[in-house]
Amino acid sequence: MREIVVISGKGGTGKTSVTAGFAHLAARRAMICDLDVDAPDLHLLLSPDRAETHEFRSGVAAVIDPGLCANCGLCAGMCRFDAIAAGPRAHKVDALRCEGCGVCERFCPVGAVRLEEKLCGEWHVSATRMGPMVHAQLFPGEENSGRLVALLKKEARERAGKAGLPLMLCDGSPGIGCPVISSLSGADRVVIVTEPTPSGAHDLLRVADLCRHFRIPAAVLVNKFDLNPDGCAALEARCRELGLDSLGRLPHDEAVARAMADGLSVAELPETPVSRALREAWERLSALPDAARRSDPFHHKPSA
Amino acid sequence: MICAVASGKGGTGKTTVTAGLAAVWDRPFTAVDLDVEEPNLHLFLHPDIESEVPAMMEVPVLDAERCTSCGQCAAFCRYKALAFMGGHLLVFSDMCHGCGGCLALCPEGALSPGERELGQVLAGSFEASAAVGRARFLMGRLRVGEAMSPPLMRQVKTKLPRRPTKADPDVLIDSPPGVSCPAVNAVMDADCVVLVTEPTPFGLHDLKLAVEAFRPLGMPLGVVVNRAGVGGTDIQGYCAGVGVPVWAEIPFSRAIAGAYARGEVPARVAPEAESAALTLMKAVRAAVAGSREADHA
Repeated sequence: MREIVVISGKGGTGKTSVTAGFAHLAARRAMICDLDVDAPDLHLLLSPDRAETHEFRSGVAAVIDPGLCANCGLCAGMCRFDAIAAGPRAHKVDALRCEGCGVCERFCPVGAVRLEEKLCGEWHVSATRMGPMVHAQLFPGEENSGRLVALLKKEARERAGKAGLPLMLCDGSPGIGCPVISSLSGADRVVIVTEPTPSGAHDLLRVADLCRHFRIPAAVLVNKFDLNPDGCAALEARCRELGLDSLGRLPHDEAVARAMADGLSVAELPETPVSRALREAWERLSALPDAARRSDPFHHKPSA
Repeated sequence: MICAVASGKGGTGKTTVTAGLAAVWDRPFTAVDLDVEEPNLHLFLHPDIESEVPAMMEVPVLDAERCTSCGQCAAFCRYKALAFMGGHLLVFSDMCHGCGGCLALCPEGALSPGERELGQVLAGSFEASAAVGRARFLMGRLRVGEAMSPPLMRQVKTKLPRRPTKADPDVLIDSPPGVSCPAVNAVMDADCVVLVTEPTPFGLHDLKLAVEAFRPLGMPLGVVVNRAGVGGTDIQGYCAGVGVPVWAEIPFSRAIAGAYARGEVPARVAPEAESAALTLMKAVRAAVAGSREADHA
């Protein structure tokens, strides 16, 4: 099974619109995954039925029992995250800052700290008109997005295997941190959606560097190229120098916003310049060899 | 005053809005880029970088001679940074959150503090407005391959005054997208949060998530509708319904999109973007003044 992950570095370049277009063009042969668990949007275009809903529990948060706390301050002194504040009678944990490491619980001399498991979000398995879909929502303000992404990928892989699907198509999140690294785990091919702006170009280089770091072949699709044609040509030249594959260009097209407002992928609308360019990109992507460079980003070498 | 510019959805215009505020702000201030995964503010403010310092986090280093394989550290670590394989302890420092628990626990002194590079903290200054002259600039840049951005963000924030006073400058923060731990880390010390959105279904959906995530923090929140006029989604109606004010609107225009694409700050070259930035500045100040009065009352 071929695993394709769509990322961008910079947010708002069109990852989700492109993924939905590819999902339509894959003609029900793909397991579709929304790995942007923090601010997922793919469901707005695919209308999944949420046939299954599961809780996502991960990590713990420290809670100090004010009745037991001797107010000695040892925990506050040991906490590396500045998450414990002194009070008149007892110390208190700031849940926003607590990373759930357990140091306060382990070292409290009077056993006043307990660790509570956290419910961080939920995840779903759905049917959509484009095929099966796995997606999630991390609760606002929560952490452990990388673990939720890893869980989604595992579920998607198993279900795609059982259904005999040859493809897994994943919508990633912006940035280069924890959830993005987790989404690259086991990927055969990355698609980077970018735009010809200083931010788009800057972030593309960092995300391309990330793909090289984990030895995953990347292909670039330039969205809204006509906002800055010169910038686009310079960007494409830079991509060639870096050995990145090209999937072509998409024009800025009002049809994308219209499709979004109707809850559709732009590829489902009657032929427009952008849907034609998207289909060409999909054909190029389908024909690209991925080379045997698979690696698992979380398969770390121990440092000692 | 600390003003954080955030959004649920990426690419709605956080950096444009932060740079716009920086262009019109008429009191001394520091501009801070806390989107350490993909920092972009410097591309628009063009600061002179005066220092670039690696940001390090403490991680354990093993002295295998001293380790008796008692297993306490690995049993304690919640991040799977310590594990036994074939009876030997292995340290996976990439997984470490730097809590220091293993160092404090080891009865043999076999673990000692080492370091992992999170990225860099850059500091400098840039030419702001005529009223302000040069303003301070700070940013964090996450090392490519590093998974954790909050520890680096905390290190950038230590360079700021803990509680800015009248004599101390204001702070304008460009935050990372989303509503999970990095975004919360960026806004949690702010006196007000500006949520940038766009009138599309994605923009509205992610704005709702952002309101849900940030409203419990207690500081005033307001919305900037960017690219107003495209998409047609009713952001105003949603905001009125939940009682979150719309502080400013930036109309969609090819001139603004083109200026941004060329690396220009729209508020410096397009009058409608400049007037939106001024409106926003006044709204932000009024909201912070109002919430301080409420605190004193």
